[in-house]
Amino acid sequence: MSGENPASTTEYIQHHLQNLVYGKLPAGFERHTESGLEVLGADTWTMAHGASEAAAMGFWAIHVDSMAWSIGLGVLFCWVFRRAAVRATTGVPSGMLNFIEMIVEFIDGSVKDSFHGRNKMVAPLALTIFVWIFLMNLMDLLPVDLVPKLMGLAGVGYQKIVPSTDPNITMGMALGVFILMIYYNIKIKGTGFIKELTMHPFNHWAFIPINLFMELVGLLAKPFSLGLRLFGNMYAGEMIFILIAMMFAAGAGSGLVFGGLNAQLFGTETNGAFWLVIFVLVCGVCWMNLKGKISTGRTVLLTLGLLTIGGGVFALGGGLMQWGWAIFHILVITLQAFIFMVLTIVYLSMAHEEDH
Amino acid sequence: MNINLTLFGQMVTFAIFVWFCMKFVWPVIIGAMEERQQKIADGLDAADRAMRDLEAAKSEATDQMKEAKQEAAGIVDQANKRANQIVDEAKVLAVAEGDRLKVAAEAEIEQEINRAKEELRSKVAGLAIAGAEKILEASIDDKANRALVDKLATQL
Repeated sequence: MSGENPASTTEYIQHHLQNLVYGKLPAGFERHTESGLEVLGADTWTMAHGASEAAAMGFWAIHVDSMAWSIGLGVLFCWVFRRAAVRATTGVPSGMLNFIEMIVEFIDGSVKDSFHGRNKMVAPLALTIFVWIFLMNLMDLLPVDLVPKLMGLAGVGYQKIVPSTDPNITMGMALGVFILMIYYNIKIKGTGFIKELTMHPFNHWAFIPINLFMELVGLLAKPFSLGLRLFGNMYAGEMIFILIAMMFAAGAGSGLVFGGLNAQLFGTETNGAFWLVIFVLVCGVCWMNLKGKISTGRTVLLTLGLLTIGGGVFALGGGLMQWGWAIFHILVITLQAFIFMVLTIVYLSMAHEEDH
Repeated sequence: MNINLTLFGQMVTFAIFVWFCMKFVWPVIIGAMEERQQKIADGLDAADRAMRDLEAAKSEATDQMKEAKQEAAGIVDQANKRANQIVDEAKVLAVAEGDRLKVAAEAEIEQEINRAKEELRSKVAGLAIAGAEKILEASIDDKANRALVDKLATQL
């Protein structure tokens, strides 16, 4: 938990919003290294150290963390569902299989509700979108500092673990859907698609430019609204997690009693170790309570006392707020995944319908 | 908002996962579910049918039971009737036999009486003759008096 002063607060937020980027630095780029300023002689593919280098890479860069988490979660989705598919029998389903079938049935229902054409791809597409986006959004519920901190310890500078807070990811999926829309529009309607673009809403040749403009805007708005809605919601949610963490990390860092003393004696670097001690003590108290050695009331008092000593009331407050927002966020992430899926189905359904 | 290669990376990844799902996940799960649905529907149908069959069998059994009972009751009735008839017939026969026996006995008795009378008569005749012999002593001719005595005996 960094963020003891305003300068590092900004740093903290920026650090959290910076992807791990691998890309091409252009020739002539002035690179700040430990040995001083280094001017690149040729185009170099490398990991970006910081936001300025990432920005300099421009288009020829890839967000390693977004891609890795996105692919990892996609593989998780495929693995879990493939396993369920292999195990699916006509007998009585149980446990995990039941859950998977519930999701599949839900998706099937949604598709049957709004898609009336004949297409074998729409339902699996909807399933992939729903589960994958849900999993990507779910990453938002991991404590904001946990993975970046662990990655930092492992020597990786930046880590954004929620792929859906990356516009590349959301727009990538939205564009995928857009391509399918165009494909099916042309495949199903043929020239009818062009007619739709030029002869709607005013059915007269003189209005063709106006029609074309209006219809094209409407068409292009679909993938953009699709991708940016998801991105915006997830980005805002992530931001609130970061802000809550920062606000309370500042208080918890200074501490009520020993936080300050600790900082005086050992410098702020030992905060982690100190927190570990408190954490272990609290865990111990809870364990004793579970074993029936001490009463629940006393456990609560002891825990509160320990946290106060550790300056943890702030952390506790922050934790409670994170927790509250996380609960609310469960709704958001599910809803956003659902909306993305439903809109995809609706758009593809529109692409399959001759008249509208 | 820095759009870069990640966009295309995600598009390709997206396509691959959708393809995978379409090929290996969705049809298998949906297939299994539909098959199970069919199986359950069949099972319910079969249960319904069995229920109906059971119902029919039950009513048939009841019918048969009723019929059997009726038949049994009929048989018992008939048997009773026949028994009564037999008893009546036996009674009639017995009475007839009794009467016959009585008549025979009476006839026999009559006969016996007649025979006894005859015997008595003959004996009385002998006795009378013997008595007369005794009275008259040897002078009387047995053959001449015999007819007289017999005439006397028949008048007895």
